Amino acid sequence: MSLDWKKRIAPQVEAVPPSGIRKFFDIAAEMEDVISLGVGEPDFVTPWTIRESCIYGLEQGRTSYTGNRGLPELLEEIARHKKEQHGLDYDPKTDVLVTVGVSEALDIALRALLSPGDEVLIPEPCYVSYKACTTLAGGVAVPVPARIENEFRITAEDLEAHVTPRTRVLLIGYPNNPTGAVMRREHLAELADFVEAHDLLVISDEIYGDLTYGGEPHVSFASLPGMQERTLLLDGFSKAYAMTGWRIGYALGAPEIIAAMTKIHQYTMLCAPITAQLAAVEALKRGEKYRDKMVAEYDMRRGFIYQGLTKLGLSCFEPKGAFYIFPDVSSTGLSSEDFAEKLLMSEHVALVPGTAFGDCGKGYVRCSYATSLDKIDEALARIGNFLAQHTDFHA
Amino acid sequence: MNELLSLLEHNARRPLPELSAVLKRSEYEVGKEIKAMEDERIILGYNTLIDWNKAGVDKVTAFIEVNLTPQRDVGFDAIADRISRFDEVRSVYLMSGNFDLLVIVEESSLQAIADFIAQRLATIDGVTSTRSHFMLKPYKKDGLMTGPKERDHRLVVSP
Repeated sequence: MSLDWKKRIAPQVEAVPPSGIRKFFDIAAEMEDVISLGVGEPDFVTPWTIRESCIYGLEQGRTSYTGNRGLPELLEEIARHKKEQHGLDYDPKTDVLVTVGVSEALDIALRALLSPGDEVLIPEPCYVSYKACTTLAGGVAVPVPARIENEFRITAEDLEAHVTPRTRVLLIGYPNNPTGAVMRREHLAELADFVEAHDLLVISDEIYGDLTYGGEPHVSFASLPGMQERTLLLDGFSKAYAMTGWRIGYALGAPEIIAAMTKIHQYTMLCAPITAQLAAVEALKRGEKYRDKMVAEYDMRRGFIYQGLTKLGLSCFEPKGAFYIFPDVSSTGLSSEDFAEKLLMSEHVALVPGTAFGDCGKGYVRCSYATSLDKIDEALARIGNFLAQHTDFHA
Repeated sequence: MNELLSLLEHNARRPLPELSAVLKRSEYEVGKEIKAMEDERIILGYNTLIDWNKAGVDKVTAFIEVNLTPQRDVGFDAIADRISRFDEVRSVYLMSGNFDLLVIVEESSLQAIADFIAQRLATIDGVTSTRSHFMLKPYKKDGLMTGPKERDHRLVVSP
């Protein structure tokens, strides 16, 4: 009898569906003239000064392990950066851990915090890893749909309906992938009261924190009165410094949670790659002007794509953060998946169905504007063609 | 900084509708401002950056260090202006250091440049010496890298 591997895979792993985002990837990758609005990463390459510092590090023979929590210089730069950005005080010796992307930080945070059956409140639509990592850590993911009338911000009222005695953690990600929603101070204040009332911990994924538009800077959840002690703040270099492939993220929080996460990190990862850590130091030291230039560029594209989609008759709210826009395509009579698939097949434009980010993404698609204006322009023209061919569509 | 200028600086061919959408101003308004800046000579003109070697056209570029005798009241301006007016001359800069003017000349052959220097430039009253450097290979030109286009290496779809 041959070995049935299917039965050997642990049930908690089997329980996690594969990421919906990869569905059309193979088809799209084969197409010659595809324009992709489906990419969740900057279209810029890492600024040269950052790349060059990594090369210099290699020339100097910096190829060893680093301490488990990261290079002391990087830990200090991160603490300094958060002080500057949000006025937050973190001790680089106890409160900071450098991870292999925010993804690792999220994974080990949940593993450090959850006992079997513990519930995690996860506002949706959200990044694809949140639910999966919760399940893999033995927790129970409790999706909480955000509402379009609130421009996809989550409210205490939304959360109240889902809280139980087993709820341990609230996991939020703003500025939001996939919707581009942001939470202002007053919106966060409401959540602060809620988590205090229910004695919850908060994991706040602020990887898009540097990418906000319209003059209102991002407010860190940890910067709200009394919230720093119950917040694990996650951030990284991928989005702001166009460093996705370097895989460098970090976690900031109370010494106890950082120590617990470091224990897992120590035995599973040992440390983040030293080459990437050296580059990250340079990003924080001298990357600011390049970051600001990229943000200004995203901002221009944001206005352009928002106007373009609105002109085509697709309703969407003007995103204030990240580099995504989340139009409602239900007026076409097509489901999110059908819309994405048919658009790819007939017009060679790739985007991601909203349902990849949670059930409440039904009827929406995610368009990334981390691509050149020329390409966005061409994509809009093609989407216009596509809409014209769909008779159900009443603009 | 003027947002319109920074948009045009790296791509003079941006269509008006695109500029208008990006700047959230009407096409009429944007068009008017461009015209005004052209009139004020804030926008001097629109060039195309060409890698002539790649196009199979012979071009020789010389960077010429020129020393001058300054003239009463006008300093270097009158001679610099005179030099600038030659078609062969691409750029003229007044410099600090060991020489006064940097003159960049572009021609179809070494001989043509030699003739220009010997017969026109060096003979101008007030030009006391010239020293020429010939460009061998361009790596970057006005902010743009020469060489092949850099590819987008990203996956087509990613979370």
